[in-house]
Amino acid sequence: MIPIVYPLSLAAILFVIGIVGFLVRKNAIVIFMCLELMFNAANLVFITFTNYYQLIDGQAFVVFIMTIAAAEVAVGLALIVAIFRTKHSIDIDQMNSLKG
Amino acid sequence: MTLNLFIFLALAFIAIAAAAGLIISRNTVYSALFLIINFLAVAVIYLVMGAPFIALAQITVYAGAIMVLFLFVIMLLGAEKPKEIEQMKWQRPLAIILSGAILVEGVYALITRVAVTVTTSPATTLLSDPKTLGISLYTKYSLPFEITSVILLVAAIGAVVLTKKTKKEAGK
Amino acid sequence: MESGLTFNLVPWVVFLPLIGLGINLLFGRKLGEIFSGTVASLATGLAFVVSILLAVALAGHPEGVTVPLADWITIGSLTVRWAFRVDTLSVVMMLVVSGVGTLIHIYSIGYMHNDVRHNGDEGRFTRFFVYLNLFIAAMMILVSADNFLMMFVGWEGVGLCSYLLIGFWFEKGKNGIGNAEAAKKAFITNRVGDFGLLVAMFLIFVNFGTFQFDAVFSQAAAVAAAKPGIMLAITLFMLLGVTGKSAQLPLYVWLPDAMAGPTPVSALIHAATMVTAGVYLMTRSSAFYALVPTAQSVVMWVGAATALFAATIAIGQYDIKKVLAYSTISQLGFMVAAVGMGATVAGMFHLVTHAFFKGLLFLAAGSVIQGVERGMHHGDHNTDPQDMRQMGGLRKQMPVTFWVYLIGALALSGIAPLAGFFSKDEILASAWKSQPGIFIVLALAAFMTAFYMGRQLVLVFFGEPRSTAAKGASESKLVVTLPLMILAGLSVLGGLLNFPGLLTLEKWLGHTLGEGEPAHFVWVVAGISLVLALLGLGLGWMIYSRKNEKVFVDPLKKALGPLFTAMENKWWVDELYTVVILNPYKAFAQFMAEPVDLGVIDRIGGGLAAGTRVLAEGLRKLENGYLRSYGLLMLLGLAAILTWLFLH
Repeated sequence: MIPIVYPLSLAAILFVIGIVGFLVRKNAIVIFMCLELMFNAANLVFITFTNYYQLIDGQAFVVFIMTIAAAEVAVGLALIVAIFRTKHSIDIDQMNSLKG
Repeated sequence: MTLNLFIFLALAFIAIAAAAGLIISRNTVYSALFLIINFLAVAVIYLVMGAPFIALAQITVYAGAIMVLFLFVIMLLGAEKPKEIEQMKWQRPLAIILSGAILVEGVYALITRVAVTVTTSPATTLLSDPKTLGISLYTKYSLPFEITSVILLVAAIGAVVLTKKTKKEAGK
Repeated sequence: MESGLTFNLVPWVVFLPLIGLGINLLFGRKLGEIFSGTVASLATGLAFVVSILLAVALAGHPEGVTVPLADWITIGSLTVRWAFRVDTLSVVMMLVVSGVGTLIHIYSIGYMHNDVRHNGDEGRFTRFFVYLNLFIAAMMILVSADNFLMMFVGWEGVGLCSYLLIGFWFEKGKNGIGNAEAAKKAFITNRVGDFGLLVAMFLIFVNFGTFQFDAVFSQAAAVAAAKPGIMLAITLFMLLGVTGKSAQLPLYVWLPDAMAGPTPVSALIHAATMVTAGVYLMTRSSAFYALVPTAQSVVMWVGAATALFAATIAIGQYDIKKVLAYSTISQLGFMVAAVGMGATVAGMFHLVTHAFFKGLLFLAAGSVIQGVERGMHHGDHNTDPQDMRQMGGLRKQMPVTFWVYLIGALALSGIAPLAGFFSKDEILASAWKSQPGIFIVLALAAFMTAFYMGRQLVLVFFGEPRSTAAKGASESKLVVTLPLMILAGLSVLGGLLNFPGLLTLEKWLGHTLGEGEPAHFVWVVAGISLVLALLGLGLGWMIYSRKNEKVFVDPLKKALGPLFTAMENKWWVDELYTVVILNPYKAFAQFMAEPVDLGVIDRIGGGLAAGTRVLAEGLRKLENGYLRSYGLLMLLGLAAILTWLFLH
């Protein structure tokens, strides 16, 4: 009922905003949240096409993405906590020991 | 059909505003809250598109579990207002320029290549039914399903292991 | 013995000296001087016996035989074998090399013994004989080769042995490296000549398709008719090789310096055998030269000019060996001129007789030098034992040496009926008949030859001794004087080889070289040459036998003034070469070494390394540990891909 362009464009915009946030912010947690934003945009595309093609597979994909995102957030945040214990900071620019 | 369009546009506006707020906000907690608003807006869009199960799953899992986890960690680390000292001056402008380029290209491609007449369909009972989703998950996608369960297990274990205090730290 | 079987003995002329040197290498040092010397002399002596057997077999089979040994190179259409050519020409050379070589080996046993005593290094004695045998082996390869490439192996081999033997006393000489420098000079000058020979060989291969003598010479006429320029080039480049090896103008400068080697070396290599290799080559290739009259003229004039030029220098030399060295160059000029005129038999005849009397002269000079060295033990240590100005009156102290030296000198001057008279006369006769200009030059050179030999005889053997060393000189042992006497006998009888009327050598060589016109004995020429010889000797006697001062001043200095200074200083040819060729070359090499090699080429290598380092350092900045910059790079890639997809 709505032209497919609009949801897709919305997804694109959300995705790009996520990218910009990922690259611009220094707080590790905010960067993580931008990752979630990008995932979300991808989910939107999947659902849009589920509706368009009338196939259930898109929704199945979204289920998987959500699950994996959840798992990833758990592990990622655990990592951030572990790093915070040593560095006492969540500034992503201070986590540059792998330079060289 | 304009009603649908109107609703969609409103929701889209909210989502974009929330996303912008997320990346602009200085306070980390505010960023998290903005993200929750974004999730909610997108969930309603799912609903409009005839995927109610996914919409509610989004609210439950994303907004309910993941964001809560985020807020826990933010509070734990006391990272509400970290200092922002920019070390790479050229990072910000370059990121914005490049992203803008991508966005423009993407939207332009969409607008020119996809005809406006291509529209979504109204919500059908078949697709909205969780039963359909469940059947496909357990038959066609049973392998990814099982693997996902393993991944969840691994993630749970991993999270515990990573945050375990070692003996040295415990002794301090 | 049937002739077929005898011919198969020919590889032994090479292998026997090689076995000798092998035995000496392995056991010589332990088993002592007499053993080393005997083994080496025996090896060469047996090679001489084999050569005689070959000659006898050849008498019944005069066209010559090729005895193949093994295949060497087979690439495409080129087949080169190790094959020995037994024909009258090569057998003559083999006999000379092994015969004179054996005598010199025996002489060296006595001569080098004194050297070892003075230098205190026993291993050197053995090393000397190893090198000598190596030389004989290489020379045999050269003369018995069936093709140009194998001959070149021998050619290079004798060049190497010459280098090794000239620099034998490598720590002696001017500034401690004089001998080594002389050896280097010989090697490098020969190299220049070898370049000419190599180019000639390349041209031969390209135009004839083979290196084998028979095949090449049979096609020579056809190729000369089709491509006369190529034939001229081949002959002239070959001449360049000959000027190097046989010490002609302009590449003769190594031979006088080569006198830094021990006297047996000078006798064997630089008088009798190695330097004649060039003459042998040209005689072997006479088929070529006969087809190109221009080349023949060039060869003739090079030979004649060398003969005259070297004779003038010999007049002004004071070192006993240097006089003989320049005399060798001059006589080689005679031989080369003879071959150039087409009188190849005369050239070969002179080669054989020259081996006899020049070898004799060098060996006798060695005896004189060692006699004076013995005299130096009586107190006088400042004398240069080779300087003629400090000798004199030695005929009383060293009678045997005197008599053999006299015979040699008379033979060289061309007094009948000694060997030199007949051979030199034949060359002069050929010149008289066909090339009057050459005759005049050669006659002048012959006159000067007699003159400087007379000068040398008087200065060394007559008058009063001019130093205590000369007063105390004594005769050499029998092991030294016996070969001298044998060679003296050969110098006397050598004329019979090609006695006018009998013409044995001419008929013998005619089987290989083709029938030329038989040499007639021209009485006029014989008379002129005899008169010139006697005149020269007499003049030498007159000018030099009057002085009896303590400090010797050459009377010609006053008479000829600056001309004599030029002759004394070898016409400054070495200095000219140094300024014109060596110094620019050294400057060029210096230039290439420093600015070009160090500056440019090393910089290129270093630059590549430095560039890599700079690049690596630049790229390293990308890996700064900041997550966000990595993300930015990914975004960059993403934007690029999307743009590309977008545009397509």
